[in-house]
Amino acid sequence: MKRILFFSVPLLVALNLFAKEVYIDPGPNAQERLQEALILIEEGDTLIIKSGYYKFEDGLSLDVDNVIVKGEGIDSTILDFKNQQSGAQGLLVTSDKVTLSDFSILDAKGDALKVIGAKGINMINLKTEWTGGPKSTNGAYGFYPVESEDVLIDGCVAIGASDAGIYVGQSKNIIVRNSVAQYNVAGIEIENSYYADVYNNLASHNTGGILVFDLPDLPQQGGHHIRVFDNKSIDNDTDNFAPEGNIVGEVPRGTGIIIMANSDVEIFDNLMSGNGTVNLSIVSYGDETDDPNYYPHPKNIQVHGNTYGPSGFDPDIETGDLAKALFEISGGNMPDIFWDGIVPLSQIIFGQPDNEKLIIVEEDASFLTIKPIKYMLGFSDPTNTNKDDFKGEISPLKEINIETF
Amino acid sequence: MRNTVCCLFLLIFSTNTFSVNSNLILADSFPDKLSEFEFFVDDSAQEPHERVIPYELISTLFSDYSYKQRWVYVPNNAKASYVKDWVFDFPEGSALIKTFYYPVDERNPDLGKQLLETRLLLRKKDGWEAVSYAWNEQQNEAYKKIAGKTINASWIDFMGDERQVRYRVPNVNQCKECHAAKDSITPIGPKAKNINKHYSFEEGDFNQLTYWMKKEIIDSFPEDLVSPVDWRNETKDINDRARSYLDVNCGHCHSPTGNANSTGLYLNLVETRDINLGVYKKPVATGRGSGGNKYSIVPGKPDESILLYRMESMDPGIMMPESGRALTHQEAVEMIRDWITQLPNK
Repeated sequence: MKRILFFSVPLLVALNLFAKEVYIDPGPNAQERLQEALILIEEGDTLIIKSGYYKFEDGLSLDVDNVIVKGEGIDSTILDFKNQQSGAQGLLVTSDKVTLSDFSILDAKGDALKVIGAKGINMINLKTEWTGGPKSTNGAYGFYPVESEDVLIDGCVAIGASDAGIYVGQSKNIIVRNSVAQYNVAGIEIENSYYADVYNNLASHNTGGILVFDLPDLPQQGGHHIRVFDNKSIDNDTDNFAPEGNIVGEVPRGTGIIIMANSDVEIFDNLMSGNGTVNLSIVSYGDETDDPNYYPHPKNIQVHGNTYGPSGFDPDIETGDLAKALFEISGGNMPDIFWDGIVPLSQIIFGQPDNEKLIIVEEDASFLTIKPIKYMLGFSDPTNTNKDDFKGEISPLKEINIETF
Repeated sequence: MRNTVCCLFLLIFSTNTFSVNSNLILADSFPDKLSEFEFFVDDSAQEPHERVIPYELISTLFSDYSYKQRWVYVPNNAKASYVKDWVFDFPEGSALIKTFYYPVDERNPDLGKQLLETRLLLRKKDGWEAVSYAWNEQQNEAYKKIAGKTINASWIDFMGDERQVRYRVPNVNQCKECHAAKDSITPIGPKAKNINKHYSFEEGDFNQLTYWMKKEIIDSFPEDLVSPVDWRNETKDINDRARSYLDVNCGHCHSPTGNANSTGLYLNLVETRDINLGVYKKPVATGRGSGGNKYSIVPGKPDESILLYRMESMDPGIMMPESGRALTHQEAVEMIRDWITQLPNK
């Protein structure tokens, strides 16, 4: 008897006998009907936004746990926010175990899809786009989960964001896969986050393709355990159009992948090509900070098995300091892989511990790093271009498993 | 005939037997009409039941120049308990009631007002819930608006100019955006320090906290309260005025427990760290909200400060707060401008 009870209770919950489907059609008052449905649906329900072109004047929001909201395809169910009068994003989600799929969010005034503090969020086959092309007046982020856990972004398309198309901030347990990011400042950005797998994505025609960043003065920092693999970060050739003041405004046009101030990052089996400034750049946080809890240098970065196509043929020396410095120091001979070589003073003197070192195992890639002592002492050539100095044994990071629901 | 008798019966007994419908406050769902709660003896005149006590806050949230009348209801034989630096802990069955309106003409109150909405925070068994009721055109009933409502309103301001606004009644989720603390809903206004001021009650002029004690709706309050200043009071220190305004207008989200905690910008009154207050703080996920500026606040340079830029903007992708504002709060913008101008550049 006990045994039966033990099994039947979870089964009931799983089946959710009371779950229902709610449909929203286009037509008069669609805004109010959809928003009301997003408030009144109950756990286990599915809300289906029928195909059609929906024009909204106010942002939408969802705060119900354990629901599915789906359209009938990114070319069929279109949520258009061109005439948005209020609300800082197209759709805001603040609840747990939510699945969103099969619709498009166009021309939101702020971020397109923001998810705050969710434990469990699936974003599947969705599109966010600013339809007027890359402009600094576009919203900052297409997909923007923040302070969330168990984040899945799968089969999505992000176009035209003035910061990042897909941006995961201050989150944990993340998978971004099978997605396309184009004509954004940053294609895909993982920031101040822990445990992420970013794979099988296409990042092209952005300013920078894939960014792994860590910033100071935030509730969650110390970004670590990020795997970036099997991606194509190619032809990132859009001029930086981020509004000034934003950190991505420093990213030079034509950057394949940048790792900044993260620990335990593994970059492997990617294709980086057609990036006019540099295919892969590994750097410290460049600005001053008084945050005592912040570590501004990359640590334990492993790079192996990637394919490198042409890069460095059109360095963007106008944007930020990175491309200009690299151009000067390399004498115009831009490498595939660049490490700024900046480490704490104690490591300049005593050397880096083995478990913090940069490891590069690549067949065909040019490389450049700066030797801090030579640089500070004013040597005429303070660089090291021998990548074999960084050979070592790869210690693969563990695959990310996120809780499914 | 029977109807007439009923009416007479109601008329005779209404002032005596009338009481707030506390079952509805505790119910699982919200009734469709505001009048069902019976908070008011006369709904359209907004004349409250005697246990529904009016109150004011020292500094208030800007809501597109609308006027607000607030009431608190605490059930018989129960008291709200004082909590340091936080809102009173109200007992089950309590209600906070706030009606938003525009006077027809700010220069002449006798010309009447347009009631917009009445927002309720109801203390249910498991915590607070929020909902708003929008007033009908006849101004004799307010109806539940789960998904919010747009009201195109206008009024004549003190200068005699007609002002127009696309006023938004918030939807239930938007109520939660500001009233969120961790994972639950909380009132914002009725902290002891915020209501520590005089109010002209029908019985006379009292400090509100003293009056609440007298009415036995709170258990206690400390004598040595440090209260915010009324930001409009120009005789007060500019720093206190600015911090007081930012606290009540921004601090509910921009605090370590609020909805905007991921930004690291904390504008609640107790914050003391310069960087978290925005001084030379770089934006994180601001996008075009930066307006081309590099820092939230640049001491001495209001026009290079993102904080002021977002207060001034009326673009939904830029403006702060994100909800509840369609107009610029010009007087507050001037005050914050003065504040940033005189901030020392350390």
